[in-house]
Amino acid sequence: MSFFSQRFANPTRFLKLATALIPWCAAATLLLLGSGVYFALFDSPADYQQGESVRIMYVHVPSAWLAMAGYSTLAFASATALIWKHPLADLVAKSASPIGACFAFLCLVTGSLWGKPMWGTWWAWDARLTSMLILFFLYLGHMALLNAFDDQQRGYRAAAILAIAGFVNVPVIKFSVDWWNTLHQPASVSRMGMPAIDPQMLLPLLLMAVGYTFFFATILLLRVKGEILDTKIRAIRLNQIRAAQQ
Amino acid sequence: MTRLWTIVQRDLRLALRQGSDSLMVVGFFVLTVTLFPFGLGPETNLLERTSSGILWVTALLASMLSLDRLFLADYEDGSLELLTLTPTTLEILVIGKVMAHWLTTALPVMAAAPILALLLHLQEDGFATLMLTLLLGTPTLSLIGAMGAALVLGARRGGVLLSLLILPLYIPVLIFAVGAVDAAVQGLPVKGHLLILGGILLAALPLAPLATVAAVRQAVE
Repeated sequence: MSFFSQRFANPTRFLKLATALIPWCAAATLLLLGSGVYFALFDSPADYQQGESVRIMYVHVPSAWLAMAGYSTLAFASATALIWKHPLADLVAKSASPIGACFAFLCLVTGSLWGKPMWGTWWAWDARLTSMLILFFLYLGHMALLNAFDDQQRGYRAAAILAIAGFVNVPVIKFSVDWWNTLHQPASVSRMGMPAIDPQMLLPLLLMAVGYTFFFATILLLRVKGEILDTKIRAIRLNQIRAAQQ
Repeated sequence: MTRLWTIVQRDLRLALRQGSDSLMVVGFFVLTVTLFPFGLGPETNLLERTSSGILWVTALLASMLSLDRLFLADYEDGSLELLTLTPTTLEILVIGKVMAHWLTTALPVMAAAPILALLLHLQEDGFATLMLTLLLGTPTLSLIGAMGAALVLGARRGGVLLSLLILPLYIPVLIFAVGAVDAAVQGLPVKGHLLILGGILLAALPLAPLATVAAVRQAVE
């Protein structure tokens, strides 16, 4: 593990790796999302109770998973930055935050669109929805704190501490539907024993989830690459100014 | 331990010298609670049902408004840096500051709460539970708030940013505190809610100073 992290602490080496990986991740994303959408919209059964609108699940559930996984990535990168002072961990945290926030927003919006025909309401203040909303606010707070300092390093460190402190919310979301009797349905996929969902519906769900994950990875690599290049440009500009002054 | 009390005494003395600070917090609490009957209408039933929520949300906001004086004055005149250089564990000093903050902010709020609960027609069964939840919940608010206050030292628009950062973290305390008061009013058992509130406090007690110290150290570097 430390071999990999030490090896890719060198930004140039990471840039090479990122440039090599991005096309593959993008291709995997297109393939998985394409097949996932096909199965979700055309080749999977409609629900006996919900009819066709169950198909929103194939967008809603993976974005919920990715929102939580995104926050876990954020917290892990922040911990790496604070504990081992890995030079790229801060950039990963900064890059992961907006993507995770978008997934959380997507989860809330698609859930709302699903809730209107199913539950008769756009919103309900039950445990899972509330904790997903809190997660969205935590993402926004993280992004705000990152950009609130003139000294960028202070922003990275303060945001890292905030990310770790907010991580307690993620297990709360996961288990909220078990701890409270809520409107939102309990866990059907990631629970003890076999998933309770029909395999014909499980396949597109998993395809979309893995597709979203590769999407996350692609965008994350693109953004980290952008941040590294941004730093290089800044350094070049500073050198130019220094050379011009001499 | 003496160093803990030294810090508490120092902060208390500073706060009491500027006595208007605590009074302003209580004033905000009272005024904001008074706004709600104007906004919601004076109908007793409605105020009765919403009183626990109004009181707790306003106490939360009042606690949050007073947080910036926890570290900011010391940060700006350099004494925070000196505090980080003392041989005492910084966590102890942070706990001392939080204790002084709680004494000068939460105690006056707790003193004003029963009168305001009366104004909002909170039912009698709820009063004792309200005071208990305030007693258990406000230290947690001070602890989490201290972490937030340390994180925004030196940031632009630190006051507003502080609210954005810690309000999501305040929400669990709010949920269980209001849940306890509502349960008491309805005659249901409150022990579970109070135990969870106590649990959150016990978890915040070691963890929040840890995060606060990390934030303070990176602020003074």
